[in-house]
Amino acid sequence: MRAVIPELTYAPAPESTAPVTLRESYGLFVGGEWVAPEGAATFATFNPATEEKLAEVGYAEAVDVDRAVRAARRGYEKYWRKLRPAERAKYVYRIARALTERSREFAVLETMDGGKPIREARDFDVPQAAAHFFYHAGWADKLAWAVPGAERARPLGVVGAIVPWNFPLLIAAWKIAPALACGNTIVLKPAETTPLTALLLAQVCAEAELPPGVVNIITGDGRTGEALVEHPDVDKISFTGSTEVGKGIRRATAGTAKRLSLELGGKSAFIVFDDAPLDQTIEGIVSAIYFNQGHVCCAGSRLLVQESVAAEVVERLRARIATLRHGDPLDKNTDIGAINSRAQRDKIVELVQSGVEEGAVLVQAEWTAPARGYWYPASFFTNVQPTYRIAREEIFGPVLSVMTFRTPDEAIERANNLPYGLSAGVWTSSGALSMYAAARLQAGVVWCNTFNQFDPSSPFGGYKESGFGREGGLAGLRAYLAT
Amino acid sequence: MRSGWVPVDAVMLEARATVLAKRSFKTDAKRTAHDLVIACMDLTTLEGTDTPNKVRGVCARGIAPAPGVPSVAAICIYPALVAVAVEALAGSSVKVASVATAFPSGLSPLDVKLREAREAVDAGAAEIDMVIDRAAFLAGRYDLVSAEIAAVRDACPDATLKVILEVGELGSFAAIRHACDLALAAGADFLKTSTGKIGSSSTPAVALLMCEAIRDFAHASGRAAGLKLAGGIRTSKAALGYVSIVHETLGTAWLQPQRFRVGASSLLDDVLMQREKDATGNYAGPAYVAQA
Repeated sequence: MRAVIPELTYAPAPESTAPVTLRESYGLFVGGEWVAPEGAATFATFNPATEEKLAEVGYAEAVDVDRAVRAARRGYEKYWRKLRPAERAKYVYRIARALTERSREFAVLETMDGGKPIREARDFDVPQAAAHFFYHAGWADKLAWAVPGAERARPLGVVGAIVPWNFPLLIAAWKIAPALACGNTIVLKPAETTPLTALLLAQVCAEAELPPGVVNIITGDGRTGEALVEHPDVDKISFTGSTEVGKGIRRATAGTAKRLSLELGGKSAFIVFDDAPLDQTIEGIVSAIYFNQGHVCCAGSRLLVQESVAAEVVERLRARIATLRHGDPLDKNTDIGAINSRAQRDKIVELVQSGVEEGAVLVQAEWTAPARGYWYPASFFTNVQPTYRIAREEIFGPVLSVMTFRTPDEAIERANNLPYGLSAGVWTSSGALSMYAAARLQAGVVWCNTFNQFDPSSPFGGYKESGFGREGGLAGLRAYLAT
Repeated sequence: MRSGWVPVDAVMLEARATVLAKRSFKTDAKRTAHDLVIACMDLTTLEGTDTPNKVRGVCARGIAPAPGVPSVAAICIYPALVAVAVEALAGSSVKVASVATAFPSGLSPLDVKLREAREAVDAGAAEIDMVIDRAAFLAGRYDLVSAEIAAVRDACPDATLKVILEVGELGSFAAIRHACDLALAAGADFLKTSTGKIGSSSTPAVALLMCEAIRDFAHASGRAAGLKLAGGIRTSKAALGYVSIVHETLGTAWLQPQRFRVGASSLLDDVLMQREKDATGNYAGPAYVAQA
């Protein structure tokens, strides 16, 4: 029988939302209990792909922050600091296991609340978050080895953590896991637009029978964060977010005994030499700028490509973005999901407009966005001059600026010529050139012939205005210890 | 990097291949892909125990795998059985493909290999699956590898020539890519991964790499060569992963028997069972699939 087979197109393959049970409203998780904010104020959190309201969450004001910090202090003094380290480890392992067992639920909720493709939430965010708890649980009773020379590695006390909306669960894990393993208690504030996975994590902490006050999760906006930063009984602030807010936090904590780690913005360089493996380089570029719609602090948003291969790289990239699958974040085949919020979409639109006005040439994937939801297609600019705003400002969206260079030293100089320094990518077939460039790039992490590789044992952090302090690895652990 | 070699890096190659191999096929897409895999299948039997009757059974199954199911693209057999298959497949759309050139090792004198290919074609084979000389390749004699492919091409100019690289023996992704480029330049109609006779054969990363070579060759020469994946593909799910890799790297124009083949002996069983499950909602099991 001669086949008449229709042309293949992927049918919709939506992940089921059945594992997720949303409450109509969420309180604050303080002292091991769900409590209503004093002022009884709430705000709504939305699905950015549909603009549908998902839930109401409590709005924590200064008085609620104070209550949470006091609960954390009590949890620290009464339980956590007295616990034998191996016992602490058991709780942290318990959280890790719960994340693994409920991974589907966390992944679907992360995608619903934040707009990222389910493939990424499922394969990256949730497994990485669990890995951070597993990794740090192992450290809890081995801290003396983390700080050679110190007689005893002591906790700091109460940690105030403020996390962004791009990797809500993962970055919460980056902070909660080491804080707990090192013997600290924590007050964590998730971002305004993505509070739900942190609240589910609070539920997990309650079910793990964590002593009251060890983990406190309070929802709110920038003012809630400010109150946390300014609270006199917080021993350390760990902040991941914008450089602008980070600068404010540094000012606010200056002259106090508070310790501070900041992981801020970036405009990271992705350097392509003429001997690079081009097919994989294109995949690296896709990961660098289109992963999580470009809502990535270490996104490789500046492509520096050697002039002799620039035309070929641009042509291949043009062809590649045409194959990216935009749309429903819950569809298992989606590559590019929704922009996290209307405000972020507007910011991307504004910066892209500035690029066009300054004279850059915009290339965009052709895609008709749904009427509802916040979207932006995969894009890149050619004819970009290093002075343009799109070459210097963080866009935090799926928009890449392509520039050229002639020699390795010129590439390195251009890469370093910004106040940021979070990550960098180096693409070449020459190991010697990789090492030469990596040693000279001012970036917290340099990926050679790859991008966006993360592991709890590998420290992550920035140079210059991308922040200071490290998360992950030994360096990250020490940020939660008094030594 | 050796001159003339296209650099390849394993990390992102494998990362991309993994994403593609995990694409989700639902409803119509799944039905289409199942039929596509069958229509693009080289149903294979390459055993020392193959008898004429065994081959007749495979041919009958290839023509009509099950009611309402498309025929496979070809039956792939040893040269000695070509005449049997030609007779058994007469009047059907199913082609006869014969392995040749001292399959699977490729280590016979060139004149013997050429005679084997020629005789298979004379006996009625429309397609020749030749193996490259891996010994020459690994010794750095790329000129010999190319010359031999070109000689087989000349020996059977009207046959569809599939060049088996035996990727598991070449040592690196860059070497596989170089073998692809040699074979395409020497006139291969299809690049084929493996003989299926060694442990390491088709993987998603290798399939992606070969698609990229075919894409670049089509771009440079205007000639569209095909891809045949063989060795170790036993499940419908694995096959659909390869369909995604071809679909998103080469495009839908490649999803047809003229440009895409899956060589397998047992894959058909699983695709038929999955197809049945898709149609009826029930997984009936192997007893309900007619074997050859």
